[in-house]
Amino acid sequence: MDGWWKKNPFYVEYMVHEATALFVAAYAIVLLVGLVRLGQGLEAWTGWLEAMKSPLSIVFHLALLVAIAYHALTWFKLFPLTMPPIVVNGKRVEPNVVVSTGWTAAIIASLALLGIVWRIAA
Amino acid sequence: MSEQKVIEIEVLRYLPESDQAPRSEVYKVPFTDDMSVLQGAQYIKDHFDGSLTFRWSCRMAICGSCGMMINGIPKLSCETFIRDYYPNRITIEALANFPIEKDLVVDLSGFIEKLEAIQPYIIPKEPRTVEQGEYIQTPAQFAEYIQFTSCINCTLCYAACPQVGLNPEFIGPAAIALAHRYNMDSRDGGQAQRMELLASEDGVYNCSAVGYCSEVCPKHVDPGNAVNINKINAAKDYFLRFLSPKGGAK
Ligand code: SF4
Ligand code: FES
Repeated sequence: MDGWWKKNPFYVEYMVHEATALFVAAYAIVLLVGLVRLGQGLEAWTGWLEAMKSPLSIVFHLALLVAIAYHALTWFKLFPLTMPPIVVNGKRVEPNVVVSTGWTAAIIASLALLGIVWRIAA
Repeated sequence: MSEQKVIEIEVLRYLPESDQAPRSEVYKVPFTDDMSVLQGAQYIKDHFDGSLTFRWSCRMAICGSCGMMINGIPKLSCETFIRDYYPNRITIEALANFPIEKDLVVDLSGFIEKLEAIQPYIIPKEPRTVEQGEYIQTPAQFAEYIQFTSCINCTLCYAACPQVGLNPEFIGPAAIALAHRYNMDSRDGGQAQRMELLASEDGVYNCSAVGYCSEVCPKHVDPGNAVNINKINAAKDYFLRFLSPKGGAK
């Protein structure tokens, strides 16, 4: 079974999807570290904020953004596979409707969050 | 008349009497645009080597016996056309994740055992005598499981599933879809019995939601959906037993 996933583009997408979960975990750790630094006082907190502004950190965050966006995209694609059928007015909701609803909700939630953070920062 | 087109078909051969291991052989097959890959194999058998062995019957995507790996993808060879590959070479191999018996024929006994194990028949909720008449089912109740009755046991979904490759004991997509078909049937009362197997070590939790089984299924059964719905069902059973008297013990 060695290298099985390289044999088919479908498996490659699956593996990339699974691998990008690590980026989600990495970002959670970044945020957790921030929380710990905040608990340690003002100096530690500003130090963490400064570290976040470094070019390396910005590149890292851009990479995270791309990976997590890909993860979200492919995660919603799995919705029709993993969920019981949704029936509205006696009719089954089409798989592509389920997927696009998920994508739309994710985009709206992200934009709303961005708006709120923008407001607070301004 | 236009010139006769010829395609190369590479076949993974294995004759248990003479071969130590499977080997490839290439045949140059003249074809017409209406010829399926199955007909290509039949041409090889009729004109080049009568020992070439493969299964087929209906030639119309309904019996489920002609499945093979065609350029690495599990497909029914009777509904796959040579013209779609020309001028490139077609490679045909026995279905992945099964032991090869001879050439393109795989050993399905493990699959048959799995089918038997999930008790693929109605275990009546309430036994009725002939005098009491038939079991009544509404169209809505029928709609709950109809999709999962379409399986033709072609086992393409097993060839597509990397988890079947890793654990051959995994009950797998089609058998779980069939178990789900009976569990969802309003006349059936056997869910508890089937769930025991579905929740076992060889059951639904082998699935890591790759989803390729549903992609290759020629009958749109969506076996991956049946597997994943039963992860939820098995988890529900697990937690609900804490609420039931005797902790769910029999
Ligand atoms: S679920 Fe689909 S792919 Fe699997 S055996 Fe049945 S018909 Fe074939
Ligand atoms: S020969 Fe029956 S499904 Fe292909």
